[in-house]
Amino acid sequence: MATNPTDLLYSKSHEWLRLEGDEAVVGITHFAQESLGDITYVELPLVGDEVSEEGEFGSVESVKAASDLVSPVSGSVVGINTALEQAPEKCNGDPYGEGWLMRVKYSRKPEGLMDAAAYEAFCATEGH
Amino acid sequence: MPYIPHTQEELHEMLSVVGVRDLDGLFADIPPEMRPKQFNLPKGQSEAAVCAYFEGLAAKNCPDIMSFLGAGYYAHDIPKAVDALSGRSEFYTSYTPYQPECSQGTLQAIFEFQTAVSRLMGMDCANASVYDGGSAIFEAAMMAVRATRHRVLVVDEAVNPIWRVMLASYISSLDLELKTVKQEKGVSRLDALMAAIDDTTAAVIVQNPNFFGAVADYTQVFAKAREHKAFGVISVYPVMQSVLKTPGEMGADVAVAEGQSLGMPLSFGGPYLGIMTCRKEHIRQFPGRIVGRTNDLDGKTGYVLTLQAREQHIRRAKATSNICSNQALCALRSLIYMSLLGPCGLTRLAENNMALTRYAVERLTAIKGIELLNDAPYGNEVALRLPMPAQSLVDALAAHGCVPGYPLGRYYPGMENVLLLACTERNSRQQIGMLAETVGGLL
Repeated sequence: MATNPTDLLYSKSHEWLRLEGDEAVVGITHFAQESLGDITYVELPLVGDEVSEEGEFGSVESVKAASDLVSPVSGSVVGINTALEQAPEKCNGDPYGEGWLMRVKYSRKPEGLMDAAAYEAFCATEGH
Repeated sequence: MPYIPHTQEELHEMLSVVGVRDLDGLFADIPPEMRPKQFNLPKGQSEAAVCAYFEGLAAKNCPDIMSFLGAGYYAHDIPKAVDALSGRSEFYTSYTPYQPECSQGTLQAIFEFQTAVSRLMGMDCANASVYDGGSAIFEAAMMAVRATRHRVLVVDEAVNPIWRVMLASYISSLDLELKTVKQEKGVSRLDALMAAIDDTTAAVIVQNPNFFGAVADYTQVFAKAREHKAFGVISVYPVMQSVLKTPGEMGADVAVAEGQSLGMPLSFGGPYLGIMTCRKEHIRQFPGRIVGRTNDLDGKTGYVLTLQAREQHIRRAKATSNICSNQALCALRSLIYMSLLGPCGLTRLAENNMALTRYAVERLTAIKGIELLNDAPYGNEVALRLPMPAQSLVDALAAHGCVPGYPLGRYYPGMENVLLLACTERNSRQQIGMLAETVGGLL
């Protein structure tokens, strides 16, 4: 199993978050992409949309299932990964890099997220 | 019609499997006060009496009437093969084709239907159909609302008024605004349509030929819509598409049609067929079912529901539409109809009907007091101004076994004297001559 980067924060709904100044980059984790299988479509918010912590901001569809994307942070969307429109499989191949989903200018610092070690332990309890 | 009786033994057997004593037990979950006290049905009668009753009702029809009615729904000849093939039990009784392993025939038929209507409209893709032309317009509008997140729908007043009423009714509980752009003498005002488009516009909705039969080119309107990130939606009369500039050529985002004229008889309001096509970039917003062609592990061709299967059929709250059903049998009929006529046949049909309409216009406008409502190009349907209320002419001609067309006053106040007349291959030159002579005699 690929190790989860230690500079990221993780949510129980398997999104990751990287803080960069007053902005945060959000994606889905390796665990999530592996559970979903081949990803065929990613529905993202629009730039300018407001997202809220634990609120849905889009969905990801794979050959197995369609799942909601849950935001780990509140704020306004300042960027989305439009490359996923043509190549949603980037979420499978490089979930922490080219498969990022959105960039949010957050209104308050997210709380209650896990670090890499805690997230790995959490994934273990999810039966993986 | 099969008559399937339940004997007392069968009833008891079924009830015992369910685990209840009697029929009251079966309906125990429904509070007694909510059960119907009685069914509003007459007492049982003999087969002969029932047949006689319905034959009496059927005799009230006038099958030999000479009709020039159109207004969105058209009487066309339907090749007998359409009935024969669509009536095959494999198609006639087939259920919804979720499982590709047991629905290849139905799925292939839908795929071929999608291909045929996409080509007819000059568009990239089609879905498996929706209920009718009106619901197709609504679904197209909702696609636009979802994709653009705008909330104003600009509608040409020359779009079929029945479909506009449906659209208004469907969106009445939604936070959307309907902006209707007035037509002028039955001609769509392209300048006014363009002026009505702004950054709040989700879609501009037009029809070609429009309800008055007038043909127009909406390319500029759709270009203006695109500038404002709005959708260009067009509803068309499919038979005319083989001779007109197609929605694809005009740059429409979504093109829809009432598909009744492609192999469905006129039958007191249905069943109808909602045809929907769109540009490839919008396919993720497409409602209903889409069938795709693929290869299985052995490389054999297979047909499957694709692109939004889970959205539509499992995650209902996330579905692009809650119209989950489609008009599979009607779509099949239209496919068979289009296949039997072929591209050349459809073109000849359209040209023939246009020629008949021109002849009707020539004969009728030769009568003093009758003139064309406008000088716009028209197809097989045209609006005529009469020197009397159109409804009175219709009433008068009914006595002669003739319906001269559709009186427009009902939907367009001020147009009480305007008659909408359509010709199809069901109308002969001789019939048109008889119509002209009868009308001439009355005026």
